Order: sequence, then C-alpha cells, then structure tokens
Amino acid sequence: MKIDRRSFIALGVGVIAGTTLTPVPWKLTDDISIWTQNWPWTPVPKDGRNSYKTSVCTLCPGGCGIQVRKVIDRAVKIEGLPEHPANQGRLCPLGFSGLQFLYGPSRVKSPMKRVGERGEGKWQKISWDEAIEAITGELKKLRNQGKPHRVAWMAEDDRGTVPQLIGRFLTAYGSPNFIRASGDASELAVYLMQGQQGTVGYDIENADHILSFGAGLLQGWGSPVRMLNIYGKMHERKTLVQIEPRLSETAAKANQWIPIKPGTEGALALGMAHLIIRESLYKKSFVNQRVFGFEDWTDANGIAHTGFKTRVLKDYTLEIVSRITGVDSKTIAQLARGFARAKKPVAVGSCGNGRLPGGLGESMAVHALNALVGNINQTGGVSVMPEPDYAKWPEIKIDETASNSLQQPRIDGAGTSQYPQARYLPHRLPGVINNAKGEPPVQALFVTGANPIYTLPDTNATKAAFERIPLLVSFSPYMDETASFSDYILPNHTFLERYEDVPSPAGTTLPVIGLAQPVVRPLYETRHVADVVIQMAKSMGSFVGEAFPWKNYQSFLEEALKDHWDKLSKNGYARIPSIEDATQPGKFNTPSGKFEFHPSALDSTPNGDKAVLPSFSETPIEGKPDQFPLLLIPYDSMRITNGPVGNPPFMTKTIDANVLKDQTCFVELNSKTARKMGFSEGDRVVITTPKGKAEVRLHLFEGIEPGVIAMPSGLGHVAYSKYLAGKGVNFNNLIGPMEDPMSGLNTAWGIRANITRA
Amino acid sequence: MNTNDQQHPVSNAASPEPGDAPEKRKNGSGWIILLFFIIGLVASLLSGWLVFPNLLYSEKEQPIDFDHNLHMGVVYEGCQSCHYFREDGSFSGIPDLYACSQCHQFVQGPDPEEEKFVNEYVQNNKEVPWLVYSRQPDCVFFSHAAHVKGAGMSCENCHGDIGTSDHSRTYQENRITGYSRDIWGYNIARLGEPKHGRRMKMNDCADCHEREMGHKGYCFQCHQ
Repeated sequence: MKIDRRSFIALGVGVIAGTTLTPVPWKLTDDISIWTQNWPWTPVPKDGRNSYKTSVCTLCPGGCGIQVRKVIDRAVKIEGLPEHPANQGRLCPLGFSGLQFLYGPSRVKSPMKRVGERGEGKWQKISWDEAIEAITGELKKLRNQGKPHRVAWMAEDDRGTVPQLIGRFLTAYGSPNFIRASGDASELAVYLMQGQQGTVGYDIENADHILSFGAGLLQGWGSPVRMLNIYGKMHERKTLVQIEPRLSETAAKANQWIPIKPGTEGALALGMAHLIIRESLYKKSFVNQRVFGFEDWTDANGIAHTGFKTRVLKDYTLEIVSRITGVDSKTIAQLARGFARAKKPVAVGSCGNGRLPGGLGESMAVHALNALVGNINQTGGVSVMPEPDYAKWPEIKIDETASNSLQQPRIDGAGTSQYPQARYLPHRLPGVINNAKGEPPVQALFVTGANPIYTLPDTNATKAAFERIPLLVSFSPYMDETASFSDYILPNHTFLERYEDVPSPAGTTLPVIGLAQPVVRPLYETRHVADVVIQMAKSMGSFVGEAFPWKNYQSFLEEALKDHWDKLSKNGYARIPSIEDATQPGKFNTPSGKFEFHPSALDSTPNGDKAVLPSFSETPIEGKPDQFPLLLIPYDSMRITNGPVGNPPFMTKTIDANVLKDQTCFVELNSKTARKMGFSEGDRVVITTPKGKAEVRLHLFEGIEPGVIAMPSGLGHVAYSKYLAGKGVNFNNLIGPMEDPMSGLNTAWGIRANITRA
Repeated sequence: MNTNDQQHPVSNAASPEPGDAPEKRKNGSGWIILLFFIIGLVASLLSGWLVFPNLLYSEKEQPIDFDHNLHMGVVYEGCQSCHYFREDGSFSGIPDLYACSQCHQFVQGPDPEEEKFVNEYVQNNKEVPWLVYSRQPDCVFFSHAAHVKGAGMSCENCHGDIGTSDHSRTYQENRITGYSRDIWGYNIARLGEPKHGRRMKMNDCADCHEREMGHKGYCFQCHQ
C-alpha cells in the first residue's frame, strides 16, 4: 500500500468529476455573468417613485410639448406630450436626447470670470453678486461716458417675454442693439407684402399641394415633429414637390424632386408665376380685389408704375427662367399648372431647416405665388403669427442719456438708411467691428441662447471681431464656443430647470403658446437669465431699475399669464385669442390695406419698380471660378442639430458612416465630377474656399448636381465637452456672409471651393 | 463529458501500461487510486451540494420587521392598498416613505418595530432600504399590469404567502450577484416550487409562458 503521485492525481480527478456533478460550476457561471452586469461603474437608474412633469422643449423653435419621467428627483426620460397640438405626443431625436444637456459634462456650474487669455479656458469661480456687480459696473461706466449705444445684446429668439425683458433693459439703458442671431428673409418678405410683423406660419396640415423651394421640410424645418407627423399621413392625398440642388431626405420622400442650379429658386418661382398669369390660372377673386401692384398703376403724383403682371410676363418667360435655373420649360409649366390647379396649394420658401440664408427677392417671389393662388390667411395657406399681447408692460421712462443714444444707428445696420427694412443683421456684426478704425463700435456684447462664434458665417472673422470687444458676457448654461471665448459666463438654467413662455411653434399656424416649466430643481449655481436682467437693472438703479418693478421673472410671468396659467401648467399650451384674430382672412396692415406685390414700404424712386417688385438677381458668391472650380453648399439633417446647441452624443450616434466616420466628416460629390478630378469614394481631401480650408472625406453621390459639393451643417464643434467636440468640420469656417443689396440679409447660399488630395 | 471524466482514470488505473511488469501493478495500488478517486468524488459532491449553497448566500434581516398580516387586517383593498397600479398602468412596487407616512406620521401602536420605523425613517425623512426578494436586474422589463390585469393572476401566484406573514423573513443575498436567493430558488438544484412563491430566473418565466401560452416568448419582450 503506497500513496504516490498517482493517488493524488486520482484524488484530483475525483474532485473534478464530483464537482461537475454538483451545481457549483453551473451556478457560479450564472452568478459571475450577472456580476459582470453589475459592476459599480455601470450606470443603473435609481429605483423609486415615478412621476411626470409637463413642460415644453425649447431646444429648437418647434415648441413641442414634453412630459419628463422622473424617478424620485432625477429626470430619466423625455417623452412627447400626448395631445399637444405641435407634436401630438411624439418627439424628435434632439428632444429625446435633451437630458444629455441637463446632466452632461458641458454645464457651466457657477458664474465664471476669465483669468487667462480669451478662449484659453482658464476660469475663476465667482459669486453671483460679484458677477453682477462687475458687469453693471462696466455698464455704468459706459453710460457715464455717453456710450450706451455701444452695448449690444444677441439673443437666439426675439419672441416671448425673456427677449422682451432684455429689450426693455436695453431701451431703459439706452441701447438700440438687440440683435436676434438669425435674419429671416421670409419674415421680412411677408411683412413687406402684408404689413404684418411676426413669424410665418404655413397650414401644411390642410394644404394638399406643398411646393417647397429648398425648405428641408423633413430635415428639421419649423416644428420638426409636426412635419414628420404630417409626412406620416401623406397618404391623405398630399403632393409634395421639392425644388433643390440636392437629393435630400425631403426630396427623396417628395412626390417630385426638381434639381435646380443652387441659388436660383427665386427665378423658378417667377417663371411659375409667369405661366400662372399667362394662362390665367390665378385666383381672380383674390387677385382682382385684394391685391395692390399686380396690374400697372399710376401713383398720386401721376408717375406710371409697372405691375407684377407686366414685369413677370416680360422678364421671366419660361425660356429665360429655364436658362437661369437649369430646369426645362416643360417642367416649369407642369409645376406651375400643378400648383395653380390644386385645391389648397402652398409654397414654402425658407431654405434648409430655416436657418440657411436666403435673399429677400427670392422670398418675395415665393410668397407672390401664394398670393396668386389666394391662400393668404386661409385654411391650408400662409398666415403671419404675431407676438401675443398677454404681457403688460408698464410705460417705460428714460433719461436723456438713453434717449440720445437710442437715436444712434444700430451697430448691425438694421433699420438704418442703408437697410431700412431689416430688423436684425447679425452676420454684419463681425465685419462692422473688424472694419472699424480706432475704438471698436461694440464695447460690450451680451449673448443669451445664441452661440454666434459657432453659427455666424466666417468663424475666423467672428472670432477676430469678438476679440476686439472689451466685454463679452455669455449667459450660456453650457461651455459652448461663445461662452468659452467670453470674459464672464453667467450660466442660465437649462431648458429643464426654468420657466419660460414659448411662442407658437415655428412654421405652424397654431394660435397657441407654451410654457416651459422646471422639471428638476437647478443642479448647479445657475440663475434664470431674466432674473439676472432684473437684478442688473435694479443694480443700475434710477430709470433702468424703475423699468423693472417685478420681484423676479416668475412673479412677472405668473402675472402676465394669469388667465392662461392653469391651462399652461397642466396641458403645456394655451390658445391665445389675439393670435387667432390676427390670422383671420382679410387682415392686411399695408398702407393700401391690401396684399402688396409692390410693397409701399419700399421706395422705388432710386432704382425703379424693378428693384421693388419680387425679382431675381443672381447672387454673387465668393471666389474666382478658375481658382475654385466647384460650389460648396451646406445641407441640414434631422440627425444633426445646427443651431446654437451642439449635437448631443445620442444624436451623433445616429449619423451614417458616410456622413461622419471617427472624427472626419464626408462631403458629397457627384461621381461624374469625382471621376473627372480623379477621386474615388472615401478619399481624404482638403477642401479650400476663399475663407478657409478643412480636411474631409469624399462620399460619391448621384443625388448632387455635378460640380457641387454638399457638406452637413452642425458638425465641427470645438467647445462643450470631449464627447461633443472635434467631430467633423463647422461649415461656417468655410463660408462668409454675402449681403443682399436690398435688405442687407445674408444671401450666401454657398461659396466657391476646390478640393485637392490630402 | 461526465462519463468520460469518470471512466478515464478508472480504465487507466486498471489497465497495465505498456513496458511495465504486470506483477508490480497487481500489488493493490489500483485500489488505492480508486479509493483516492472516490474520496475526491464524494468530498466534492458533499461540499458542492451541501456546503456551497450555504457559503454562496449571506443572511440579512430587513431594516424593519414588517408584519403583513397585521396590515392586511386594517386596510380595505388587500394587497392593492399599498402595492397598487399607478394611473399610467405602471406598478408602484414597495411603498415609499411618503406612502407609509400617510398613516405612520406618528407611532400608533406598541410594536417596537413601528417605533423604530417612525423614529429612524419617518422623522429623518429617510427612505427605508428594503431588501427586495423579487428584485430583478435593470435589463429585465417586467410588467405587473400584463400579469395581474391582463392574465388575471393573483399576487400569491408568484409572491406566495407573504401577504399573510407575521414577520419579514431573512433575506438571503447572493454574495456574487447581490440578488435575492428567491430568484434562483432555495433548492440549489432548482427542484420543486419554493415555499415563498415562484422562482424567478429567466427560464422560470419561459417555462410558465410555454405552459400557459404555448410559447416561451421573445427576447425583446423582457429585454427591451
């Protein structure tokens, strides 16, 4: 009997054999697999009491009602609010990703003061009292020097009570420079032709023939969820005709896509008007009685004027228009007949998702089509949505300093003798500052909601201009491009932490407003921008302080909305009678009391009627053709937000690999052009424009006109967080603004470009 | 696999290796090897079946010894009084402090556990860290509404007689996963139904679904 090595091997084998016959290996395998799912760094939402908070999403002007699911005190999911008129319970990718703005790492957590160089990222945390004192100190100094008109405030929107409070502050202080961050040609066109100030609403729900001049109707235009809802019901006999140089998502889903030379949409509208008038297809009951400037006319001074009819019949024949646009005459005629013969046609004229530039002439030409079919303020037509009247503003007293400086011309040139009609010309600001000799015309710039260093064309020029501004204050809740370049950041609450009235959803004719309500308590030491404005005013004292008799913004808002408060807080929206009234048929506030093809507000003396009537003139774009043989245009996508807020990581995840791969974005190029230039799919190239250059990759695409490059807009952020920044190229780095000679609006729909192998 | 493992050493021990003298091998060393094998086998079987299950779980007591029986006597709607469906159809689960303090704002009876609850939790506005016998991982979606309202199942069907218990039973926590022993079942071999309702592993869901509905269901129904 000897115990040897073999015995122990036998023991081991016995143990192994026995163990396999016990639950040990199987149970451990199962437990370990569950253990791996529960590592402490795996985020698991807390379990607890669920609740829903009603609010309105303000990440875009879409005005969608939302309900936010909360577990105990943490918001865990943003959902569409059922039965909200804008979105009917549905929501877009941006809205769904909204929590990434609230809980993401790009938040500014307390007031900050710059200590390093501009944009260097060195900050010192300061208290709210210190911040407000420092800024009002600067403002007082400027006022004592008689320079309140050297202060400007840029905001994303001019609708709602927060921008109005800011405007009131500026008025009391003495600055005429409230600047909305985007100009809007269709808004101005409709104002000139109908005399009504407001945003343009299209009743697409009830239209049966939608003629879109490059509007990215399914790519984030207007109130994006509403548009997708309408598309979901397209079987309800609607025809969508999309006119644009690129086979966009909208074009691909349209009944008909008309590829057109970039920038010539206005000419096509006039060509269609030509045929509608020639074949007498226009709506006589409207055109014969309710319009001015259609037929030739003689004014009170006996001067003969050319009407729209004569002008269009003479100058925009199908042959001429076909030559300009590249669309053949037959197609133009077919488009015009289809439009005019439809029961409820509507023409939509803002480019892209509404943020892309466009000239006044083009917008007027498109709106003229709406007048020809008589769908102004009609079901299925176009209406102007005015600012509601619920806010009661006590009369404002101003002192002499303010009164004097309010007489000064605006820094952006809007409303001056050069551009009397324009309200906001933000793209002119960098040029004005950079071209000024000596002291820069802007001594202090405040930025709320907007992110001009990212959204204004020509980023380099914008940065150079902002570098010259002695005091740059951002109210952004996030460390965006503008905030990271500023001197002070006074962080606002995010959209889920604050009260705000929300104007009627963009692009709709819904006579409603919404109320954004705090869904969670503010996470950090942030403050509502309107409260800061009120505190700044009080700290300024005298007339400025007296203009703000309210304790804080919430008490002001509750008072202003007291008739609607219950409905607003419960349903997220309320109908506003004053908006409803303004969209009734027959309301035109023009001098003639009619719809004006020849806007009386425009002076035809210097350049004749031609310059005043809806017309097309080729927009010059930057760059010499021999040096830059290609055209570069931007395009919008439902999956990339291109406004002031950056694309949240959830959305970036949805971008196709032929739009953005790793950190590089793709531009689209027709394969014919690519072959001619010797490029193939996926090639790395450097794209050069007169404004800058960038490395991108090529995606060959038959849906883009030969000779044109299309680039996604909304990429290329450099601020926020490492999760958001550094992906692709900001289109605005490569393009500069182009002024419309009539309105001053930015008309740069593209820029000349060249590509070379990287 | 198992049979191979068993037979292999046995046949090795019994058959002479080529080159060795056959006399040496017959000296009983084969029996010793067999003995050692059996010792290993029996020891691992015993420890695997008897010791391991007790080592795997730690025992914890609930923060408050809850008397379901007592509560059932004073509420009007049975289980639903505290474990109710919310308006949106979701299930409230274990009541939170707010719900409990609707009645227990102050100490009402002589029970020291109630006194402890009021003093330690209600007055400090602190949620009770209940140990949930039926807690599932976050990747599992389970709808009470589909089972209780849709299929008309009773609470006891899965949760057993907890509603009539006088004391909270000891919570046995799996040391590796952190989940309750109830999920796997008290019998380590998963035989028979446990005293306290049903076992709640994925296969248990699938078995019941196959039995009752003729189909095990699809992945995404629970792993949404």
